[in-house]
Amino acid sequence: MQTLRRKDILGLEEMSAEEITLILETARSMREIMQRKIKKVPTLRGRSVLNLFYEPSTRTKASFELAQKYMSSDAVSVAGTSSSLVKGETLKDTVRNVEVMGVECVIMRHPVSGSAHYLARNVEASVINAGDGMHEHPTQGLLDMFTIFENKGRLEELKVVIVGDIRHSRVARSNLWGLQKMGAEVAVAGPPTLMPPDLDVFGVKHFTSIEEAVADADVVMALRLQKERQESGFFPSMREYAETYGLNARRLEHTKEDLLIMHPGPINRGIELSSDLADGPRSVIMDQVAAGVAVRMALLYLLLGGTKE
Amino acid sequence: MKTLYITGGRVIDPSRNYDQTADLLIEDGIIKKVEKGMKPPSDGEVIDADGLVVTPGLVDMHVHLRDPGQEYKEDINSGTRAAAAGGFTSVAAMPNTDPVTDDPSMIRYAFDKAANTPARVYPMGAVTRGQEGKELAELGRMKKAGAVAFSDDGKPVVDGMMMRNALQYAMGLDALVIVHEEDPALAARGMMHEGTVSSVLGLKGIPSAAEEAMLSRDLLILKITGGKMHVAHVSTAGSVEMLRRAKKEGLNVTAEVTPHHLLLTDRMVKNSGYSTNTKVNPPLRAERDRQALWEGLLDGTIDAIASDHAPHHPDDKDMEYDFAPFGIAGLETTLPLMLDEVNSERVKEFTLPVLVDRLSTGPARILQLDSGTLKEGSTADLTILDLNRSYIVDPDSWHSKSRNTPFAGRRLLGAPVYTIVGGRVTMKEGVLTE
Repeated sequence: MQTLRRKDILGLEEMSAEEITLILETARSMREIMQRKIKKVPTLRGRSVLNLFYEPSTRTKASFELAQKYMSSDAVSVAGTSSSLVKGETLKDTVRNVEVMGVECVIMRHPVSGSAHYLARNVEASVINAGDGMHEHPTQGLLDMFTIFENKGRLEELKVVIVGDIRHSRVARSNLWGLQKMGAEVAVAGPPTLMPPDLDVFGVKHFTSIEEAVADADVVMALRLQKERQESGFFPSMREYAETYGLNARRLEHTKEDLLIMHPGPINRGIELSSDLADGPRSVIMDQVAAGVAVRMALLYLLLGGTKE
Repeated sequence: MKTLYITGGRVIDPSRNYDQTADLLIEDGIIKKVEKGMKPPSDGEVIDADGLVVTPGLVDMHVHLRDPGQEYKEDINSGTRAAAAGGFTSVAAMPNTDPVTDDPSMIRYAFDKAANTPARVYPMGAVTRGQEGKELAELGRMKKAGAVAFSDDGKPVVDGMMMRNALQYAMGLDALVIVHEEDPALAARGMMHEGTVSSVLGLKGIPSAAEEAMLSRDLLILKITGGKMHVAHVSTAGSVEMLRRAKKEGLNVTAEVTPHHLLLTDRMVKNSGYSTNTKVNPPLRAERDRQALWEGLLDGTIDAIASDHAPHHPDDKDMEYDFAPFGIAGLETTLPLMLDEVNSERVKEFTLPVLVDRLSTGPARILQLDSGTLKEGSTADLTILDLNRSYIVDPDSWHSKSRNTPFAGRRLLGAPVYTIVGGRVTMKEGVLTE
């Protein structure tokens, strides 16, 4: 099998369609491992990985940790609060210390955009960006594409609508780049205050009416709405947001029957997505979560597998 | 009597539209004669300037020397060494020191400490006490102590009434107020220019409107108060347009631009992979802003080029983008960068006389300094430069304590070869003489 010819996974903007295809194909064989009774392969035995989370995370962290275990790698997880960050050690020093302990790959989530680039420049270990500020969350983008592909059999020419706070969303950015590279047609919808300035740079259409945006969509992806955006004045209230932009059965009444409903989690039920949709037959939200492990196994394999043996 | 004789150079003096090959005679720190084919004096030091350019000493009207308070980043000694190495005979030091330079004793501190440095230091005082924007600082007493201008640079004077009072009160002292134009609410703790690049990078943007809204307000205030105002580090096309109009209307306003705003755009943040050396306030703007800044510089809307030398310790910049401080160090790169522009002819009308005006005569006039000219009888502050000398930006060889530049590694054509302060050579061939 091929490997990725790159040291780090920092974002999907810089990744080619060929690379994305390779990752998704590899993820499919990884999912096969996950479906076995004994979910363990020796592929990464003796390889060491660090999970460095400067922001809280349940899903992504558990997903990476399980992927590492299924691949038989040795992993340690350090959370921002329990790390020496609070003692004032710099990110560079923290990782360099762990690097000399033998770590070959660092998975990092960090609240500052660009911090994955910064880390990648400063360490020899491979860096996988598990979300940097408002920039990118490439593994989420990949698992979303994997989920769509598994359900639709293709990505080309699918109409995907991302709804909500695009402006502050690293998930949206990774999906905007990745999906378009794979031939999907992407649109965004939500209040103008939650759109990034100069949205045209992403090459996507913007709708302020959800009904209009989803009318002929194949996939609709709701984003989590952060309460603090209301406090910063981006929209007046959670209630008004839910009424105007929230996804619910009534708003999706005139949509395709096989529309996929997605959400990166955690969901604010009844705000950006109603429970009947989230738990309904068109929802693939649990598929997304499962795909996350497979995609991360694939990335670990492609970055570490067989290269230094 | 100490004599210095500079022979055979191309002498450019924008203060009297002078540009020809001539010799200069300097006696006891005063320019005695500028003449073609002068008979050399029998004794004294001779500088053969054949093939070189002799100009009035360059003035950097916007530097941060970090002294007192943050001497680990820079101090008056290292900062003036950097200035002399960069071809500057004078620098005007911003008052955002720690404590803030907001009283006469602090002005005197700077003068005392700079008494024997290789470049002159003209300290500026704060407009408001502690630069807090609440009470007017003692502008009159600081002016008496020698403050050349007043500024809360680093931050704007947010309160419009305070700005009105500052301009009006300063008028009575014939004092200059230098404004840092930024509406903090609109700037919203942004990290870079708001536009396509900030959107892609997921960095919070500082819209052009943050600068333009505050500039627009201050121009309106200046209209009712009179007085004189200088706008620091202009960065947007809209600001240039407003300033052009204000000057046409006869308002007493001047402006400066930095080399990094003339030469770089927000794309640099992306191309450098979020290098914190691109983090500066005001931020590197879009290409159309950059173009407009050049137009403003060439048509006289912008009077001066200033480095906004903002030195930081390498450790301070070696962080995640949001955590690193704003600022680019420029004392040792400004002149070579601008000379390289003249050489490259990328901007046709940017000739050597224009460069000398914007880096010497212009800022000296704004600050009312006894320099920026080679008139006989004036103080012998001079810079001698070589248009054909190659120069590589190498922060590790700087005299400044800082290393923060996005230009590291650039190969440029054109560099200073002599810095002469009051008839005394302080830098020769890139080496400081003391």
